Amino acid sequence: MSPETAILLAPALPLAGAVAIALSGRFPNLREATTLATAFALFAVVATLYPAVAAGGRPAVALFDLLPGLPLALAAEPLGLLFALVASGLWIVNSLYSIGYMRGNREHRQTRFYVCFALALAATMGVAFAANGLTLFFFYEMLTLSTFPLVTHHGTAEARRGGLVYLSVLLSTSIVFFLTALIATWHVAGTLDFTEGGILHGRLSNAALGGLLALYMFGIGKAALMPFHRWLPAAMVAPTPVSALLHAVAVVKAGVFSVVKVIVYVFGVRELSGLTSVDWLPVVAGFTIVAASIVALRSDNLKRRLAYSTVSQLAYVVLAAALLTPLSVVGAALHIAAHAFGKITLFFAAGAIYTAAHKTEVSELDGIGRRMPWTMTAFSVGALSMIGLPPTAGFVSKWFILGGAFASGQWVAFGVIVASTLLTAGYFLPIVYRAFFRPAPAPDGHAHGEAPATMVVALTATAALTILMFFFAELPLALARQLAGG
Amino acid sequence: MISAHLPVLQVVVPLVAAPLIVLLRRGLVGYVLAMAASAFVAGSALSLLADVWHGGVISYAIGNWPPPWGIEYRIDAANAFVLALLGVIAVVVAAYARRSVAAEVPAEQHYLFYAMYCLCLAGLVGITVTGDAFNVFVFLEISSLSSYVLIAFGRDRRALLASYQYLILGTIGATFIVIGVGLLYMMTGTLNIADMAARIGAVEARRPVLAALAFLTVGISLKAALFPLHLWLPGAYAFAPSAVSAFLAATATKVSLYVLLRFYFTVFGATFVFDALPMGGVLIALSVAAMFVASATAVFQADFKKLLAYSSLGQIGYITLGIGFASKAGLTGGVVHLFNHAVTKGALFMLAGAVALRLGSVRLDRMDGLAKAMPLTCAGIVLGGLSLIGVPGTAGFVTKWYLVLAALEAGSWTLAFVPVASSLLAVAYVWRFVEVAYFRPPSAEVARLSEAPPGLLLPAGALLVAVVYFGIDPSLTVGAAARAADALLAGIR
Amino acid sequence: MSAFGHFSYWITMFLLAAGLYIVIARGHLVKKLVGLSIFQTSVYLLYIAPGKLVGGTAPIISDKFTVYSNPLPHVLILTAIVVGIATLALGLALVVRIREAYGSAEEDEILAQDERAARDARAT
Repeated sequence: MSPETAILLAPALPLAGAVAIALSGRFPNLREATTLATAFALFAVVATLYPAVAAGGRPAVALFDLLPGLPLALAAEPLGLLFALVASGLWIVNSLYSIGYMRGNREHRQTRFYVCFALALAATMGVAFAANGLTLFFFYEMLTLSTFPLVTHHGTAEARRGGLVYLSVLLSTSIVFFLTALIATWHVAGTLDFTEGGILHGRLSNAALGGLLALYMFGIGKAALMPFHRWLPAAMVAPTPVSALLHAVAVVKAGVFSVVKVIVYVFGVRELSGLTSVDWLPVVAGFTIVAASIVALRSDNLKRRLAYSTVSQLAYVVLAAALLTPLSVVGAALHIAAHAFGKITLFFAAGAIYTAAHKTEVSELDGIGRRMPWTMTAFSVGALSMIGLPPTAGFVSKWFILGGAFASGQWVAFGVIVASTLLTAGYFLPIVYRAFFRPAPAPDGHAHGEAPATMVVALTATAALTILMFFFAELPLALARQLAGG
Repeated sequence: MISAHLPVLQVVVPLVAAPLIVLLRRGLVGYVLAMAASAFVAGSALSLLADVWHGGVISYAIGNWPPPWGIEYRIDAANAFVLALLGVIAVVVAAYARRSVAAEVPAEQHYLFYAMYCLCLAGLVGITVTGDAFNVFVFLEISSLSSYVLIAFGRDRRALLASYQYLILGTIGATFIVIGVGLLYMMTGTLNIADMAARIGAVEARRPVLAALAFLTVGISLKAALFPLHLWLPGAYAFAPSAVSAFLAATATKVSLYVLLRFYFTVFGATFVFDALPMGGVLIALSVAAMFVASATAVFQADFKKLLAYSSLGQIGYITLGIGFASKAGLTGGVVHLFNHAVTKGALFMLAGAVALRLGSVRLDRMDGLAKAMPLTCAGIVLGGLSLIGVPGTAGFVTKWYLVLAALEAGSWTLAFVPVASSLLAVAYVWRFVEVAYFRPPSAEVARLSEAPPGLLLPAGALLVAVVYFGIDPSLTVGAAARAADALLAGIR
Repeated sequence: MSAFGHFSYWITMFLLAAGLYIVIARGHLVKKLVGLSIFQTSVYLLYIAPGKLVGGTAPIISDKFTVYSNPLPHVLILTAIVVGIATLALGLALVVRIREAYGSAEEDEILAQDERAARDARAT
């Protein structure tokens, strides 16, 4: 298969999968087999791109024009491929987990769930391989809309409220800021193609560049930069596999991915590094990291704590990109992957606890590690990765980010990262402690063991990936290094 | 041979079909004739559009009296585009009308309905093709009078009042237009639009020309429901039969806006209207007001068709905003929105009619859980709503792109945020439907309903396909609109 | 001279304003239509008056005359009169139907009835 075909297939496969899932809706086994088959096929297709891109190739396809002069164009570059690999790989695991979760909890409208999931993956592939800003925006909005039915899956009043926040924040930021920024870029540069080194050289003044960057950074609401982070906790009403999709596989990753992509390929790291008008970005990102950590520290609800942890970890990526050093950009790319593995493990564990024990609050978790050893061990691995301790993936990415901050002498950023590491330890380690070292409360007549097997397999797999990425960091590094200009 | 006469035939065919239907007095015959006339208009409009695609102009002298003495029908890229829109919408609405009219209009009046439909179509086509200023008025009244009747076919007694109010305001608008035309005639001595355009520069007394511009602007704005002269529109759209709402929302105001374009750019010239006079600023201010005030009003409507009607007023603001910029990008955005909004709102009114057919009402508080009972209809409404918001992949996105670009070209960041910010209001009113239809348990009344018949869904679906297709690959619509913009801007002297 | 020379315009403007005033100020639907007709009549005058030249005659070519009136405005206004009559007829027909449906032709009473009906619909 030629790389060009593979790029086209990446968004097309899940689309076709969505149709097939919809058609097979009457037969749950067939439907779920279709989902899994599509997921495997997608990962295989994306993986075929790795040799070409790692060797420095940039396969690209342009289809018809979305607007005159602006084609729907796809291209594989290192960052996008890394993101696509992570997303498609985690889709397999997530599908396994979903099957267990949806059946275990006897959720309704499962067909719609799998269809929307596949659509969201198609959009994610589009985002990952977008070769210009308009294509990116197109799939970005498709991702918002296709995940909306997933967020509101339960259809309750609470789901409606959460869905409204989700939709209104994501749509309004993207329409008002992101779109305007894109059109302004098109107006100024006459192109929206993602180009190494950026497309804005010397076309805008210092202040104008700062303003445009602000439009992009706040317009990409999926990156959850404060004050536009509210949608992420609000979306916690969704079933757990959806939370995993939002936090690890697709949505927030699409956000920070777009942020990195815009900084690297629209502005150009070198263009920005000399400017004074972009100094606010590390400050906002740093503030988001610390503030979100503090909120997480104070939440008793497990999923809410995880949600704010995500807000904080996303800001790491933004901060890393905003440091504008080659090392930190590598760190940003790695952190997208590292956080994905760690956070999906944490969410899977939270969902497994909910399915097996029907518990949602941190304070209820005393002694649960003894009943669900696999789950809570995996949870601990994920937590270590969030904190950034070896032997987990989080350590690798944090190493590069810290290295970048150190090399450029940005001591405030350095301090923020160190402080937030402590805060992260502060909100994750007590959970691990409770689960394993506190005695279980008096038996409440609800004996339970581990969650359904597929769920346990899935969360063990992601925990293993988190550790494997520490030992085999070369694979993603080879891609990420290209991003920083070799 | 026949093809040389297409410009006049497309007016004559529906015009002759109307009395024929009245003579035959059969509902089915009326339907067949109306459909045939619509199809003829669509076919000839598309073939004319193909003829002028490369910048040509077709001039047809009625009765072989050469212009400027005789009446001239004159087709360039601008009105060919509007004609094609009219033809396509007419066919789709005619297809929809069969089932919808059967449910909403007493059987013995069907033939009258179709006769009026043909008359209205003839009038609208006539306005669009004619190159004679007084002819514009005559065809305007043909289409207006027939649309008053069409609205009065509504089942609700409020349709009568809405029709009456439209009659009063529409007549005032048309009379203002005829006053403006009269003043221009006095000053230039001609009624031929092209001839008028050539002579108006030499007119020394500017005051009557200014007065003509003022009368025409107010008159056309009344017909086009430009904020704040829109008071007739919500009632008329809300209480008219569904097919009529869809037809008028998609065509009537659009044709009036075309007339505005024609007078501003061809007759007066953009230099006079937009540089010597502050009409650009006035139009932009009114458009912005429409986009926010009308859209905000839409959010608070209890009646879904009224919600759509107020949304139309906001969307008309998008079109006039594009006109107000008087630049290539602005005009392209405005003209392409003529089409984009027509197909979107046409489909939405059709689907609202499908709801009305099953539920017997379009009040939002009676639509609880409607998505369970009528999944296709509701999905279609959501898709149309996405286009009103301007989500990429729908036609509405294309418009927004050009309007923001035009604002940036004009150097105004504030105005660049206007189209995007007003689409947030669209999110709000679309959400009202989504919340009611998808997030509430079906009421006992709704649970009994079944999906709308294919006779209603298929035409609406056809328009929705267009909404998506021209949102993903707009080369055809944007190409035509850009040519129309060129043709209009060529009038600059 | 100038004020008197434009006297047809003064009449036009008076008719125009008077007609519009009646349309806006009167609540009875038939009276509104009367106002509308007066308003339209002003246009007839606006067109026809400038077509007449002092000493001009009907435009039949003859050696005896050199000055002709312009016939075109008459033709145009003939059309406009037909349109006006059609509008009036349709308007009156609508008023008849409105009176049948509401039992009144006063705008205030009709709107009050609609208001009441809307309130009842909300209450149920």
